[in-house]
Amino acid sequence: MANAFAFAELRGGAFRKVAFETVTAARMAADASGGGEVHAMVFGAPGTAAVAEQLGRFGADLVTVVEHPGLGRYAPEVFSATIAAALRGGSYRAALFPASAEGKDLAPRVAAALDLGLASDVTAFELNGDAVIARHPAYIGKAIATLRLTGQPALLSLRPGAIPAREAPRTARTTTAAPAVDPAAARVVVTGLAPRGAAKLDLGEAPVVVSGGRGLKAAENFKLIEELASAFGNAAVGATRAVTDDGWRDPSDQIGQTGRVVSPSLYVAVGISGAVQHLAGMRTSRVIVAINRDKDAPIFKLADYGIVGDLFEVVPRLTEEIRRVRREG
Amino acid sequence: MKIAVCIKRVPDTEMRFAIAADGKSVDPAGLKFDISDFDGYAIEVALRLNEQQGPGEVVAVALGPDALQETLRKALSIGVDRGIHLKCDAVPFDGLSIAHALAAELRDAGYNLILFGRMATDTGNGTVGAMTATLLGLPLVTAISHLEIKDGRGTAHRELEGATETSTFPLPAVLTIDEGIARPRLPSLKGIMAAKKKPIDIRPAALGPVRLTVEALELPPERTGGRIVGEGPDAVPELVRLLQTEAKVL
Repeated sequence: MANAFAFAELRGGAFRKVAFETVTAARMAADASGGGEVHAMVFGAPGTAAVAEQLGRFGADLVTVVEHPGLGRYAPEVFSATIAAALRGGSYRAALFPASAEGKDLAPRVAAALDLGLASDVTAFELNGDAVIARHPAYIGKAIATLRLTGQPALLSLRPGAIPAREAPRTARTTTAAPAVDPAAARVVVTGLAPRGAAKLDLGEAPVVVSGGRGLKAAENFKLIEELASAFGNAAVGATRAVTDDGWRDPSDQIGQTGRVVSPSLYVAVGISGAVQHLAGMRTSRVIVAINRDKDAPIFKLADYGIVGDLFEVVPRLTEEIRRVRREG
Repeated sequence: MKIAVCIKRVPDTEMRFAIAADGKSVDPAGLKFDISDFDGYAIEVALRLNEQQGPGEVVAVALGPDALQETLRKALSIGVDRGIHLKCDAVPFDGLSIAHALAAELRDAGYNLILFGRMATDTGNGTVGAMTATLLGLPLVTAISHLEIKDGRGTAHRELEGATETSTFPLPAVLTIDEGIARPRLPSLKGIMAAKKKPIDIRPAALGPVRLTVEALELPPERTGGRIVGEGPDAVPELVRLLQTEAKVL
């Protein structure tokens, strides 16, 4: 029987969805190790302990809250030193991180500090004797690697959305701890966090993503995409690289090899032909819908459902239908 | 400033490729190889910093077999001053093994900045830069989209999910570079000629232990897509019905 460790990511005092996914994955690892405990760690400003017990819902047995006035924002050197100390002090089978912007920064620091192997951006994993076997998209999603990771604890970062959060409720014990190093002594200091497009659903967290490409013909026509997204009520708006390069949309909206990689339940590609660069960012979506004028567009080979036609006629009709369906419940 | 840029030779991912007979790697036949996308941005950042802030040196550092020479030569033709080829038969998949070799080369070598692309497009790991920084004990900011250096200190932006994070750090430091920070220049004819005379030092790569290996590499399962529901707006009700009853995503 061995325990598993989870880093639970917090932003603005609230858990991000990936925090629950990471705890779920740690629960899977602990259960596969003969029913060990899940120990989660969360960092934040004083008062963070109040949210810690939420992790019990997803299977955390113990939540260590590292509270300090200097930890209201990400503090990479403090987080990594404190997690490394915790992993050194426990005999964990696995330590799980999200492959989010923060987790991708943090996990390799911890791995190098402890001289441990790290499998990053993992979409599935299982324990196999002394090893962990993990699936990982390589070559910008054009190939899937099966990786073998040895050493304990095995460090893994999990692609957001790949392992959905699953409830395994228990009452988590909560304890507070001091950071392993003084936050005031950190060399890299996060001095600001500016939200882009406040109150918008993040592309990586939205259950539905509606994306537009060059087929929209002009920046102002993205209004159609915005309206369709708003009809779904739980959708974020994405774009192709051609569109963000042309300045029609913010670069942070780009989905693809060099932009965001998303796996929503539903991906709606509008006026997108399906260049490899774009497919790399959305091919693992559960259901893909494509709307395109060109019946030979590569996107139709990937899409579960396609409509061939003029998007300027099809999209408003779809927006109307989605509104109706949602209204009627 | 003396700036190291760690680059990787990778297959051009826009090309169609096949899995090799060993079932663990990409068949190199017919593939074009080049500097990994994000590393190209890192080179551009290094060149611009020295153009703006006075003379310095940009050194490209990479691991690999003999074929790597072509890739380092390309970096030299873009404007990098010299190359360091850390020779090994094959580059391991394990980022920490690579980081050990790079840290051994870069330690106490007087670099003001050590730059990486935020990830290599072959492994998709994105771990080597951060691991090298940690082994060297240097300040690190990853996946930066904006950079200013002034009086021995830097300010960088990183794009998080839905937010932009700003951080400050002292030099020397390690940075990993996201795309879009600066459009990479292309090699000029003059640059290609000059590159022939620039030095490339060759040393054995002091790789660390390998704990992460590829057991199998597969092409992703073909999606069972390709189903056209219909043409034009009249197909919309049927699409919505399928999304409700078959795909169950509404």
